[in-house]
Amino acid sequence: MQAIDPHIHMVSRTTDDYLRLAVSGIHTVTEPAFWAGFDRSSAASFRDYFHQLTVTEPARAARFGIAHYCWIGLNAKEAENLSLAAEVLAMMPEFLDAPTAIGIGEVGLNKNSRNEIRVLEQHLELAAERNELLLIHTPHLEDKLKGTRIIMEMIRNEPRIDPGRVLIDHAEEHTIREIRDNGFWYGLTLYPNSKGSPERAIDAVEIHGTERICINSSADWSVSDPLSVLKCANEMRRRGHPAEAITTVFYDNPKAFLSQCPKFRIV
Amino acid sequence: MTDPYRPLDASAILDLYFIENRARLLDIASFLDRIDRHPEAESARQDFRYQAFAKALALLGGSGGDRTAAIQMALSDPSTEPLESAAGLKAWGAWKGEADAGD
Repeated sequence: MQAIDPHIHMVSRTTDDYLRLAVSGIHTVTEPAFWAGFDRSSAASFRDYFHQLTVTEPARAARFGIAHYCWIGLNAKEAENLSLAAEVLAMMPEFLDAPTAIGIGEVGLNKNSRNEIRVLEQHLELAAERNELLLIHTPHLEDKLKGTRIIMEMIRNEPRIDPGRVLIDHAEEHTIREIRDNGFWYGLTLYPNSKGSPERAIDAVEIHGTERICINSSADWSVSDPLSVLKCANEMRRRGHPAEAITTVFYDNPKAFLSQCPKFRIV
Repeated sequence: MTDPYRPLDASAILDLYFIENRARLLDIASFLDRIDRHPEAESARQDFRYQAFAKALALLGGSGGDRTAAIQMALSDPSTEPLESAAGLKAWGAWKGEADAGD
């Protein structure tokens, strides 16, 4: 089967992983800008990273016939430093103009602090000005519920942003319904040990249906699995779901959401 | 497709998932036993994470098909006001409480 992974951090993966994706049926990926596992020391580090996302990774992926798109943004974990955030936000338009940059992300909240909220407001302003798609990072663990609610209220208060052009990621059982009820797309992340499992993701499909759901690996530098999207699709298959429904969740849905950016094309 | 769509009936779910969830149950039991085997176990049992874990375990005994969301809610920060600063903070997996929010 074919699948799209709408959230994977290929800068942290080996070239062998591109081959594994290609031979397994994942031929399109989108990569959000994220935290490197340490706080960067300057805006120049972000410039290099955005270059990697917009130039280096698409070329590395193309060797394996994989289309690589990216999202540009300052992750919430580094948003506490407002002067650094201002410098990074100022350089973002240059990289958002790249042919494979399809929107702003992953941006959102981490610990739900006032500075994180200020920086998210600036990202939302930029998204509204440029009519960019948004990929939203929600906090982890005990901070997720509160952060998801704050983020949704902020976006609802910006009338220039259509919730149908926003994917709120890392949703879990206690946040899915509110995200859906507010008209957003939602993402489920398959991350061994600390986030969702294939079984829980397909439970969500069975409870909430196939509408506006995207499932991703978020594979990165930590314990993660770049093939988890396909393993989740297999969980749906072994429960007896029809092939059309599986294709809807793992291919048609991400394609529909991402195609709202005219730069996103599947050949 | 009709939503919600559930191809497996309850007996089939039990057949398919019982063994692996039996193993998970034993993993949880052994985690708690590992703590109990130590002389300082009482201190660990007073930790907010252990307390939250115990409350979540009690929720497993419920019914109605909504245990997962109930546990997620029980482990979540219920407050609504932003933190003054996130500097040096990390997520613990359970809410530490208002008084310790700035630790």
